[in-house]
Amino acid sequence: MQAYGSGDTLSGGFTNPPIDAAYAFRSIMQAMAQPGSIHILFGATPPAPLSVAAGTAILTMCDTDTPIYLAGKFDCLDVRNWITFHTGAPITHAANCTFAIGCWAELLPVTAYPIGTSEYPDRSATLIVETDNLCQSGFTLKGPGIRETAMLSLPNIEIIKANHALFPLGLDFLFTCQVNVAALPRSIEVSLSANAEIH
Amino acid sequence: MNTSATLQAERQVTLSLLAKAPQARVPELLDAAFERPAFTWLRTPEIGSVMVRGRAGGTGAPFNLGEMTITRCTLRLATGEVGHAYVQGRRKADAEASAIIDALMQTDKADLARTAVLGPLQAEMAKTCEKRAAKAAATKVDFFTLVRGED
Repeated sequence: MQAYGSGDTLSGGFTNPPIDAAYAFRSIMQAMAQPGSIHILFGATPPAPLSVAAGTAILTMCDTDTPIYLAGKFDCLDVRNWITFHTGAPITHAANCTFAIGCWAELLPVTAYPIGTSEYPDRSATLIVETDNLCQSGFTLKGPGIRETAMLSLPNIEIIKANHALFPLGLDFLFTCQVNVAALPRSIEVSLSANAEIH
Repeated sequence: MNTSATLQAERQVTLSLLAKAPQARVPELLDAAFERPAFTWLRTPEIGSVMVRGRAGGTGAPFNLGEMTITRCTLRLATGEVGHAYVQGRRKADAEASAIIDALMQTDKADLARTAVLGPLQAEMAKTCEKRAAKAAATKVDFFTLVRGED
């Protein structure tokens, strides 16, 4: 009966779906609107290795029309069952996904993901990157939604710069760490700040 | 492998029966036979719609027949079995009772559930179906030709 999930992997959804999803959506929207700001995102208790923030983001934004790619250790039976039960989203490969979940090293190369087309730039992937440490320091962000500059810890600057150069095409990123989320849309210009620590 | 396939086939029949049962009948039969077991919700009863698809004559190309309202829920018994329910209409109480029966079918109470709930349900529905078929049959007109008048 393992194919149906052990039961434990099926728990941990929203307790009050409409309200919880509305709060979660608000957090994600704020994070996207103000890149570099860190917001609290919770409501779901997904199976390991998914973080609370990543699991909540999946429940909020994914449904049967959003194929998901699970990278590396995230591609396990528990996570697959949990996502299927709660969202109905199909699990697919990188070239075909609208959401990808994993840690940075496992998500690479980023060229594997759809970046949209000139007619439909929105047909691109959003990468949910699980991080061990998320803080407002490291690299400088500039662009829409930021008054002057903002700071955010990022795993790699070259890849993010190359992604920004594709604008209006490109990928969007959500960085999650436990119950925290920060966003980096493709419109943001990233540079090395004076006191940058290299990851 | 074979037993798992048989189990799945039986579960499909059970869920199909519960999904099509008349309103309020499933909770009635459940409460007559069992004391409701303790459970926790994995998915509280929610109402939505599904697209019903059909095939002309059962073999033609599939087409969308129309949407229908369903209520679905999932629960886990205190003993660990997971029960799912998808029932027609806006019927949260029916969905809850159906999910409990689906979960009980995986426990040692399966036989009691079969004789006290599923059996009577199947008999009642077969009777309703027969009655309707008989009613329809009474209005059937048989055309036959006595003389074709070709001579």
